[in-house]
Amino acid sequence: MQIPYTVEARPDTGLYNAKLGIWLFLASEVMLFGALFSSYVLLRTGAESWPRGSEYLNIPLATLNTMILIASSVTMVMSWASLKLGDFRKYKLYMGLTVLAGFGFLIVKYFEYTAKFAHHYYPSTNTFLGIYFTLTGLHGLHVIGGMIVNGYFWGPGSKLWRRDPERFANRIEVAGLYWHFVDLVWIFLFPTLYLL
Amino acid sequence: MSALVEERVGHAHPADHHPEPFWRKYIFSQDHKVIGIQYGFTALAFLLFGFALMMMMRWQLAYPGKPIPLVGPLLGQNNAPGGILLPEFYNQLGAMHGTIMVFLGIVPLAVGAFGNYVVPLQIGAPDMAFPKLNMASYWLYAVGGLIMLGSFFAPGGAANSGWTSYPPLADIATQGQTWWLAGMLFLIFSSLLGATNFLVTIIQLRAPGMTWFRLPFFVWAQFVTSFLLLLAFPALQAAAMLQFMDRVVGTSFFLPQGLVISGKVLEVAGGGSPLLWQHLFWFLAHPEVYVLILPAFGIVAEVIANNTRKPLYGYRSMVYSVVFLGFMSFLVWAHHMFLTGMGTVISSFFQTTTLIISIPSIIILSAFFLSLWGGSIRFNTPMLFALGFLPMFGIGGLTGLPLGLAAADIHLHDTYYVIGHFHYVVAPGTIFAMFAGIYYWFPKITGKKMSELLGKIHFWPSFLFINGVFLPMFWQGLAGVSRRLYDGGQQYAHAQDALWLNEVMSVSAWCLGLAQIPFVINLFWSLAKGKRVADNHWEATTLEWSAAPSPPLPHRNFHHVPTVVRGPYEYSAPEAPDTYLPQNGEADEKAA
Repeated sequence: MQIPYTVEARPDTGLYNAKLGIWLFLASEVMLFGALFSSYVLLRTGAESWPRGSEYLNIPLATLNTMILIASSVTMVMSWASLKLGDFRKYKLYMGLTVLAGFGFLIVKYFEYTAKFAHHYYPSTNTFLGIYFTLTGLHGLHVIGGMIVNGYFWGPGSKLWRRDPERFANRIEVAGLYWHFVDLVWIFLFPTLYLL
Repeated sequence: MSALVEERVGHAHPADHHPEPFWRKYIFSQDHKVIGIQYGFTALAFLLFGFALMMMMRWQLAYPGKPIPLVGPLLGQNNAPGGILLPEFYNQLGAMHGTIMVFLGIVPLAVGAFGNYVVPLQIGAPDMAFPKLNMASYWLYAVGGLIMLGSFFAPGGAANSGWTSYPPLADIATQGQTWWLAGMLFLIFSSLLGATNFLVTIIQLRAPGMTWFRLPFFVWAQFVTSFLLLLAFPALQAAAMLQFMDRVVGTSFFLPQGLVISGKVLEVAGGGSPLLWQHLFWFLAHPEVYVLILPAFGIVAEVIANNTRKPLYGYRSMVYSVVFLGFMSFLVWAHHMFLTGMGTVISSFFQTTTLIISIPSIIILSAFFLSLWGGSIRFNTPMLFALGFLPMFGIGGLTGLPLGLAAADIHLHDTYYVIGHFHYVVAPGTIFAMFAGIYYWFPKITGKKMSELLGKIHFWPSFLFINGVFLPMFWQGLAGVSRRLYDGGQQYAHAQDALWLNEVMSVSAWCLGLAQIPFVINLFWSLAKGKRVADNHWEATTLEWSAAPSPPLPHRNFHHVPTVVRGPYEYSAPEAPDTYLPQNGEADEKAA
C-alpha cells in the first residue's frame, strides 16, 4: 500500500501532498518573519531616535538586488512552464538563470556588508543596524537554501524527469512557491529597512 | 495510478516484503509506528530525568542547607559542595526542569509519540504523508535534547534564567544560555516539520468515507495542536534568534540603555526592550499550553467512549470547542504579563479574552462528565487514569480563573499558587492522560496486554501523592510565599505558618517517584512476557482497532484500505444495543 496523492491531486482538496505541505510551511515562515517585523516596529516605536535607512544603507545597490530577485522569480515560473510544455532544454536554461540570479543577489549583498564593516558599522553599533543585519542575514540564509534546492533540481535531481515527468514538474512547482516567498520577503524588507 | 487503484481494492504488495537492515528498521526508520515508539521512549526518559531534577530541588526546599542523601556527593564540588545545593545550581535545576518537562518530555510524548503512532491508523492511512521528514523531525528532536543535556557540562553550567529565559538576565547569563538557545532552535525545527507532516496527513490521507465529522476526537485534537505548533513556534524562533544575536554578536535587542550590573554600567549600545522578549515568548508559550492539553483531551475522549460503551456526549460541540480553543489561544498571551505594567487597557483586553477561552474548555470537560452518565463503566487501568484526569484538570482549570483577572493576578502571580495551578493542568492532568494512553494503546503496539494489577498499584498511589505535591501549593501561594526562593521561604516572615507544608510536598514528591516503579516494571515485563490478546482487545470502534492487526503491518498498517461508513463512537446503537459498530464497513460484511 503506497502513500496516496504524492503526485496526483486529491479530488476533494485539489492538492497533492507536497503542495499542501509547502503552503503550510510558508504559513509558518510568514509567522517567523511576521514576528521579526513586529519586533522591528516595537523597537522603532520605543526608540528615542531612529536613523533613516539611507544614512547607513546603499539604496541603489538594494534597488539592483530587488530587480535581480524579481527577474529570478520570472525565470523560476518560466522553468516550471517549460516543463509543463515538455521542453526540458528550456527548463535547464531558465533554472540555471534562476540559480545564477541567486548568486548575483548574494554577491551584491556581500559588497553591501563589507562596505558597512569598512565604516565600522556592526550589528552591535545600534539597534537599527542590529535588526538590519538580523533580517537581511536570515533572508540571505533563505536565499542560500533556495539556491541549494534549485541547484539540485538543475543538476543531479533532474534525472527524475525521464522516469516520472509529472512528479518532477510538481517538485519544481513546490520549489518555485518557496522561491517566490523568499522574493516576497525581500519586497517587504527593501522599503522597511532602506526607504522608511 | 493503476498500481494505486489495485491497492485500493486490496492486493498484498510483494515489494513490501523484502527485509530491511537493522539500522533502517529501528534507528533511522521511516515507519510512523517505529518513529512513534522512538519518540515515546525518548520522551519518557526525559520526563524521568526532569522529575529527578525536581526531586533534588524538593530536598533543598524541605531541608535547606542539609546535604542531599545518596545523590548529593555525585553532583560535583562546583554544583553541590558536600552534597549541599548551591543557589546557582538550584537555578539551573529549575530552568532545566521546566524546559525538559515541557519541550523534551510532554510535547514529544503527546504529539510525537501518540500522534505519530495513532493518527495515521485512526484515519486509515498507510503512513504519514512525508516519512523522511518524520524521521528528520525525530532526529532533530534528539539532537536538540542532547544539546540541552550537554549544557550541564558547559562552563558555568546549564541555563539558569528560568524556562522562560527572560532578559536582561538571560542576555548576561553564563554560556549555558547560548546552548539552551541552540537546543531550542533544533526543537523548533523538529516541531515545525512534525506539525506540517501531521496537517498534510490528516487533510490528505483520510481513507475513503472518513469525512471530517467521522474523525475520532483524538485526531481533531492533534489537528488543532499541529496548527498551534505551526503558527506559534515561529515567534519563539524569532525571539531565540534575537537573543542569540544579543549574546553572541553583541546587539542589544533586549537590553535597555544604562543597564547596571554589579555596580557597573553594561557596555552595550542599548535601546532594546526586555518586554519585547516577553511578548514573543508568550505568543508561543500560551498556545504551547494548549499543545500540552489538547492531545490529553483526545486520549481521554477515546478511553472514555470505549469504556463507558456509549457515544461521546456532544461530539460536534466538542469539535467546535476545540477549534475555537485553538483560535482563541493566540489572543490571550499577555495574561502572563499583568505584572509588567503594560497598562490597564491592554490588561482589560487580555483578561476578557482569557475568560472567554475558559468557555470551550468547560464545554469539553462537561461533555466528558456527561458521557459517564448512564454508562456501564469498565474500570480498567486506562479508564482509571482517564477518570483521574477529569477532576485534576478541573482543579487546574478553575484555579486559573483568578489568575486571568489582573487584580487577583497581581497578588498571586509570583507565588506558589501559579505553580500549583499549571502543574494541576499538566502533571495530574496531561501526564495522567498520557498514562491512560500508554495502557490503552499498549495492546495495539505489541499485541500484548499490560498487567492490570500492577496498573492499579501504579494508579492509586500516584493519584494520592500527586495531590500531596500540588494541593499545598495553593495554600502556600495564598499565604503569599514567593515561588522563587532558594530556601523554601525560611527567611520570609509571613511564610512561617505555611512552611511545614514544604516537607509534606517533598515527601509526597519522593513517594510519587516510588509509585512510578510498578509502571516501569509493568512496561518492560509486559513487553517481554505480557499476555497475548486479540486484535481488538478493548472492543473499540475506531479504525486502529477494528481494521488493523495488532501490531499493525510495517509500513502499510492495514491489509487493505478500510472504507469508513459511520461515525467514530457507535457503541450501544439502538439496532445493536449490546455491541458496537466499527467505523469500517468490511467488519459489517464479515458479521453478516
